[in-house]
Amino acid sequence: MRGKALFACALTVATVLTTLQPAQAHGLIGKRFLPATLATDDPFVADELALPTVSSIKVPGSGDGNRTWETDVSAEFSKRLSPDLGLSLLGTWKALNPDQGPSLTGFDNLEVTLKYVFFKDPEHETLVSAGVAWEVGGTGSKKVGSDSFDRVTPSLFFGKGFGDLPDSLEWFKPFALTGVFGYSLPIRVRTQTISIADDGSVDVARDLNPEIIKWGFSLQYSLQYLQSFVRDIGLPAPLNRMIPIVEFALQTPTDGKQAGHTTGTINPGIIWFGRYVQVGIEAQFPVNRATGKNVGVLAQLHFYLDDILPQVFTWTPFHGVLGPTQPR
Amino acid sequence: MRRLLAVTALLLAPSSAWAHAFPDHSEPRVGHTVEASPPAVRIWFDGRIEPVFSSLRVEDDGKRRVDKGDGRVNPDDGTLLEVGLPPLPPGKYRVFWSVVARDGHRTEGDFAFRVK
Repeated sequence: MRGKALFACALTVATVLTTLQPAQAHGLIGKRFLPATLATDDPFVADELALPTVSSIKVPGSGDGNRTWETDVSAEFSKRLSPDLGLSLLGTWKALNPDQGPSLTGFDNLEVTLKYVFFKDPEHETLVSAGVAWEVGGTGSKKVGSDSFDRVTPSLFFGKGFGDLPDSLEWFKPFALTGVFGYSLPIRVRTQTISIADDGSVDVARDLNPEIIKWGFSLQYSLQYLQSFVRDIGLPAPLNRMIPIVEFALQTPTDGKQAGHTTGTINPGIIWFGRYVQVGIEAQFPVNRATGKNVGVLAQLHFYLDDILPQVFTWTPFHGVLGPTQPR
Repeated sequence: MRRLLAVTALLLAPSSAWAHAFPDHSEPRVGHTVEASPPAVRIWFDGRIEPVFSSLRVEDDGKRRVDKGDGRVNPDDGTLLEVGLPPLPPGKYRVFWSVVARDGHRTEGDFAFRVK
């Protein structure tokens, strides 16, 4: 029974934290530079590597009050297959430290994402893309709650800079908004769990694997945009390359016991971008008690591979070497 | 470990040649008002830029081009893009620039300034 309780705890933790999977891309649309966001995916495709992304937050257990510190360390490699088509691979290592019981560690399921940018409007700093993520069931460890079945999540992404506002609103021009709206579908509707109690009785549970709306957005204020295009306020380095940001990473199951109950975090933080890398750090505030009560932290080191070795990392099967990411 | 630290320091260190060339500062300053007509618009970038593929023009509020058409990358300073100006009457002007960094990145942008 203890093993079942631990499994249920890990499953709950994994479900609550599904939205915290990092996914990233950076790019230029018109004169707007949008960094890779930490908690939500953004609309660009790019050649880049997020290594590592570290998340640590305390989350509720499976209803018995046994809360768990979860620490995730992940890496994601993204590669353009054409100027507008990109593929990414995400791997995550998890450490679960419950208030009671032993700690658990292991890898989460591998996730593969294909994304295509189908609308670009440089003048209005706008782009929209569509993608599908495939969580490969069974590639992770069950003891940290990884599903044994696949999940497929078709998503829509957008990015919008507000540089086209009238000059009377010039202080708002450095703002940008990115967002994602996805629908996560489990390949298996129910998961059957069989457990044998100490007295020999057999318990069979058939848990529904819910369909989940995964949604989120980021609001950013680019100090580089302010300095370069709106008003030079004399910011020195490194402030002139910083982007204060707040991300909302949320999920809402559409069926099962938790249908309609949104969980997730609100993440205020800051991103600095340089020649080859960006670094970012955010606090993670749970949106409600179902998500948790403690503030977590999310940090990332991110490499722009298209800038580090463009001849190598921007090669594509059908379009040759694309070169560094260019304005759209 | 020492090698890892050295690579990390190299990647994070401020550089005079950013992959994307962004403006560092300009004369007149972005969004500011100057007391008299400036003799030129100068933009210093945070990396060296390609003279052949870099351009700069200045328009007045009626979208008429007002610069002297002699825009160039300064031969003594590969980070400086400049264009001469005739005496400008008071008003609002907008500067449009497009540059290619030495490693092939293209960036572009615009900003306004006022003459009092």
